[in-house]
Amino acid sequence: MREMIVSELVQAVHELARGFAHYLPRLIALLILAFVGWVIAYAVKVILRSILQLIKFDKLSENTGASQLLSKAALPTATEMVSRFVFWVTWLGFIMLGVSVLGILGLQEQISRVFLFLPRLFVAMFVLFFGLLAASFFSRAALLAAVNANMPSARIVSLAVRSIIIVFVFSIVFEELGLAEQTMLVAFGIAFGALMFGLAIAFGIGGRNLAQRFLEQKFVRGKREENEDELSPL
Amino acid sequence: MTRTELKLEDETFLTDDFLRQLINVGEVDILVGLPTHNNAKTVGSVVDTIRNGILRGFPRERAVIINADRGSRDGTPELVTSISIDDARPASNLYALRTLHSISTTCANGPGSGVALRTIMAAAELLRAKACIVMSPESASLQPQWISNLLDPIYRGGFDLVAPTYRRHKFDGLVMTNLLYPMVRALYGLRIREPYMPEFGFSGRFGSQFLGQNGWNDGNSSAGVELRFTLAAITGGYGICQSFLGEKDHTERRAADLVPALRQTVGALFSALEPDFSVWSTVAGSKPVPTTGSEQEFLLEPTRVNRKRLREMFSTGVAELQSVFQAILSPSTLAELQRIARLGDEEFRYPAELWVRTVYEFAASYQKSVISRDHIIQALAPLFRGRVFTFLSENRAGSANDVESNIEVLCLEFERLKPYLLQMWKSRE
Repeated sequence: MREMIVSELVQAVHELARGFAHYLPRLIALLILAFVGWVIAYAVKVILRSILQLIKFDKLSENTGASQLLSKAALPTATEMVSRFVFWVTWLGFIMLGVSVLGILGLQEQISRVFLFLPRLFVAMFVLFFGLLAASFFSRAALLAAVNANMPSARIVSLAVRSIIIVFVFSIVFEELGLAEQTMLVAFGIAFGALMFGLAIAFGIGGRNLAQRFLEQKFVRGKREENEDELSPL
Repeated sequence: MTRTELKLEDETFLTDDFLRQLINVGEVDILVGLPTHNNAKTVGSVVDTIRNGILRGFPRERAVIINADRGSRDGTPELVTSISIDDARPASNLYALRTLHSISTTCANGPGSGVALRTIMAAAELLRAKACIVMSPESASLQPQWISNLLDPIYRGGFDLVAPTYRRHKFDGLVMTNLLYPMVRALYGLRIREPYMPEFGFSGRFGSQFLGQNGWNDGNSSAGVELRFTLAAITGGYGICQSFLGEKDHTERRAADLVPALRQTVGALFSALEPDFSVWSTVAGSKPVPTTGSEQEFLLEPTRVNRKRLREMFSTGVAELQSVFQAILSPSTLAELQRIARLGDEEFRYPAELWVRTVYEFAASYQKSVISRDHIIQALAPLFRGRVFTFLSENRAGSANDVESNIEVLCLEFERLKPYLLQMWKSRE
């Protein structure tokens, strides 16, 4: 009985040792991959940061309004954020590659899903950045046009333009990420429809006089000339 | 660029039909360019006056009128070509010793008259015209004498560019008097009263040079060509003079066109500052240019101006565009603008120094492209209205001399603060 127990224990230790010996090279491969990945990710981060500084990415993100959002949330600059993001994505990529070497069943499938998700994440970030840029550009254009046309509530017009574009951009981003696609689609439809309906009512009822004035200035020649200053800029 | 290369480029730019018509004309001494776009109301009398002017001043010279039309829908080109030389003779008892040709071509409808002017310059180059003038098709007050006044200094005086001066209402051409003239004078060192020229004359030599130099295919370069032309003459060291023409009809360019006018003029000036930096950075002070006739005359009759609206648009602009101005202006300039925006109509004054600082900071921000360049130009419009309010208030009861001396004070302020612009420019580099 005692011999049997000893034999089972020895066998178990042998099994453990065999298993450990079997996994040790894979573990070392994982560690090496993680180390090499860290070095590469760090190098990529440094290079990317230099490129972004060179092309004045912070200035660009300032124009989009992203910088203001980041500073309000006590986060680092846009350049630093992108650099860090790329560092972590690169390093995690290598770590996952190492983990897949371990050959743990089920885990490999999850890892490949993460890798397949990465391009969508990049596209979503791309859409978000340029969407915010477009929102900033068009809202400023609307603000300037409204101010120079002497329209009342120019800032509200500008805010409405910005909101519509941002809602539109976020709906694309969520759809790209595959997060609550149906919910987002319905929410976007409702929000956009409500906004347009609200604007139509506001313009039709609240801005009736404004609309009348605008149409008169546009189409009734005599009326327009009566309101103009008799000054020529050139 | 060699003459042959230039010709090849022009030939691809001009239509075959137009080239055929130019070949039929042959070489000319004088070319009159008429850029048009839906000007049927005035173009008939303008062409008539041009013909009279040529018959009176240059009866022995080979002359041609080139109409570059930007797709008029009111029959403008037909009107230009249908007025024959015989229409001019019986009325004025004038006789030409040469055939006076009249050609019309349709060119692409681009921003401003850039494409039309390019067509006219290319035609002048191909016809080897010695002296050329460009006339505004809206000039209701055009006189035959204007043709000689613009052509003579080139054809007989050896100048390369003739800029016009006019008799205008003291409150007309406010972008010119409050921004373009003082700034061009301070930066480029020449006192040209109308740097953005509705009518002007140029030598074939300078026209060919400009045609080859200006980046016509770049979208920005076709806007504000009239101003670029003046600046190119200054930086190229060409002979420039001014010629007094007469009274300018003030209804030609209306107040509603302020933003497009700023794009055409101030946008063109700001964008020229970078390539011309080596020239304007070394210029100190300013000197007059040779002028035939008066340098500027002012009409003083009362005019109806809604000053209150100008003042309101300034204050609204300063309040609503705060986020835009934060990117363009220095904190001290912005704070000062916000302070004066809160003042009442009686106390409100946009002083010359603050206006000059504002314009220079806009110019520096334009170069840095802190935001979209077009947005920078648009953002200047409400501030310009504030400056106009002050100009109107200061000169409401002023005589011609008072107006002139106020403009001179502003010009000197632009010259005095030029180091401030240079400092901002260098800090950018």
